[in-house]
Amino acid sequence: MRRAYFKNNWVAALMVAPQLLIIFIFFYWPTSQALYWAFTLEQPWGGGNTWVGFDNFSAILTDDLYWYSVQVSVIYAIGSTVLAVGMALILAVFVDRQLRGFKAYKIGMIWPYAIAAPAVGLAFRFIFNPGAGIMLYINQVFPGLWDPISNGNHAMAMVVIAGAWKQVAYNFIFFLAGLQSIPRSLLEAGAMDGARVLRRMRDIQLPLLTPTFFFVLVINITDSFTDSFGIVDTMTGGGPARATNLMVFKIFNDGFQGLDYSGAAAQSIILTILVVSLTFVQFRYIERKVHYT
Amino acid sequence: MAHITIQNVRKSYAKTEVVHGVSLEVQSGEFVVILGPSGCGKSTLLRMIAGLESITGGEISIAGKVVNDLEPHERGCAMVFQNYALYPHMTVGDNIGYGLKVAGLPRAERMAKVAAVAASVGLTEFIDRRPGQLSGGQRQRVAMARAIVREPAVFLFDEPLSNLDAKLRVQMRHEIRRIHNQIAATSVFVTHDQAEGMTLADRLVVMNKGVIEQVGTPEEIYHAPASVYVGGFIGSPAMNFMGGMVAPKQACIALENGNRIAIPPALAAAHVGRLVQIGLRPEALSLVPAGTGAFDATFDFVEELGPARLYHFRFEDLTIAVLSAEKPPVQVGQTMGLKIAPEAVHLFAADTGKRLDAPALVQEKALA
Repeated sequence: MRRAYFKNNWVAALMVAPQLLIIFIFFYWPTSQALYWAFTLEQPWGGGNTWVGFDNFSAILTDDLYWYSVQVSVIYAIGSTVLAVGMALILAVFVDRQLRGFKAYKIGMIWPYAIAAPAVGLAFRFIFNPGAGIMLYINQVFPGLWDPISNGNHAMAMVVIAGAWKQVAYNFIFFLAGLQSIPRSLLEAGAMDGARVLRRMRDIQLPLLTPTFFFVLVINITDSFTDSFGIVDTMTGGGPARATNLMVFKIFNDGFQGLDYSGAAAQSIILTILVVSLTFVQFRYIERKVHYT
Repeated sequence: MAHITIQNVRKSYAKTEVVHGVSLEVQSGEFVVILGPSGCGKSTLLRMIAGLESITGGEISIAGKVVNDLEPHERGCAMVFQNYALYPHMTVGDNIGYGLKVAGLPRAERMAKVAAVAASVGLTEFIDRRPGQLSGGQRQRVAMARAIVREPAVFLFDEPLSNLDAKLRVQMRHEIRRIHNQIAATSVFVTHDQAEGMTLADRLVVMNKGVIEQVGTPEEIYHAPASVYVGGFIGSPAMNFMGGMVAPKQACIALENGNRIAIPPALAAAHVGRLVQIGLRPEALSLVPAGTGAFDATFDFVEELGPARLYHFRFEDLTIAVLSAEKPPVQVGQTMGLKIAPEAVHLFAADTGKRLDAPALVQEKALA
């Protein structure tokens, strides 16, 4: 590998500084603040912290509402990940087979990732609005079939679909790149060996795609825990009856609506630890079954 | 056992035609090598036989059955790819047995066959390894074994040796020929390496720019190349070429500078006055003192080949290579005479590049 180096360390420092500054201001500083708040009791109007040790954590961990939020988050994580990964894989396989017009819809499929989560949430709120558009017609034919405003399961389904829709684009890019990095001659060898399209997919393409699959899985699960705020905020506001009150939304809600900074800080520390340990578990146990070629 | 008939086969990508109407007959059990530079359409032709490329025009039949619209595995062909195309996530044994597994052969039977084939190519101890843990030569063997195990009627080789180092390439060449002799399946082997073509082939097919230039045994092609192109492509060191004209009344070629090169009288008589390219194999030339040969040339440099030396001379603006086993000492810049046996001169038409023969010889060939 080629290494560029600077004789003058000041120039190097100057070039690295903006990035370091941004990381410090938007990551290390808030994280250390949150860590501090998590172990203290912050007054709602600010000023004056009292050290309380693990009291914040024990308050959260004994709170049924918190555990309900964890449960809801896990459902959301599994649902949106399965949907997003599955759909992206199917779409990528279609594009990889270069079916008619694949260049056009390849670009079309990448676009959704460029849309901000709240915008996605808003768009899907219109689509899934039970009192307008297509859902109104469906509800007229089958009254009560679709009611995300009062039915928690419906609301969850709606949030999962919106979250997955946005993530599909991201996964799609990786799956397509992964599929295209499989040498064409392997599939040709498979064809010579008598395997048809689906068999080749099962025996050759999917096994060789496992590293990509693993990567996408880690990113999706992490993302569904940390990045789902915008969608929940615009679509359901955590409701109905906390049915979509995901952990990350609960942090915002408790902190900025309920003004419980310390509790929210403790929750975000728990969420961080959860995401880190989930990723660790995935690398530790799933990666072993992955074929890196 | 299967013969392959290729009739006027064409291949176009969009509007560009890359194979322009190729016809070829491969006998059952024959080892045919398709030889040509990269981009001449040889791999495309092979892939059309395999069923990996669609056929734009014409017809290919294997064992008397037209295969144009058959799936690759329905054609009874096995193929060895240039990069081996081994499944990286399967063991050597699974790689070899994959075709059998797809065909639904019971596990026990499959394992027995795989073990037997693996043993025949010396892979028994590697059967549980992954391709990534094997050397180039071993991977090549796995690719061979994978083709053999299916007992195909036709073997297709797409430049299978080009990723190996020189020594291994020769070794695998021998092995491929030995395997062919054992199982006697019809084999079509594509390569750009003329040495591979010469040594492996029962029959050689020389392709250029999407057409077949010549078909024949390696010996026929070496001794009677059908065109300037074939003459220049086959043989190492390469043939020397010079321009000239068949002189009237004398059995010789007049070169542009007035030198004369004798050719057989019958050949000269048939083409009097014709502008020609003459082809001279380096081994057909011999070194004699200046002024006593067909023409004089200036010595440039020498390449030592071991059993012989390759002398490079300058003649006008041409370079002429002379292969000599006698290895006479020559000084740089020294002028030497080059002697040529009349019957060793290859004659090609200057305009078309096609070989010119004496009428008797042409007749003889037509009868044969």
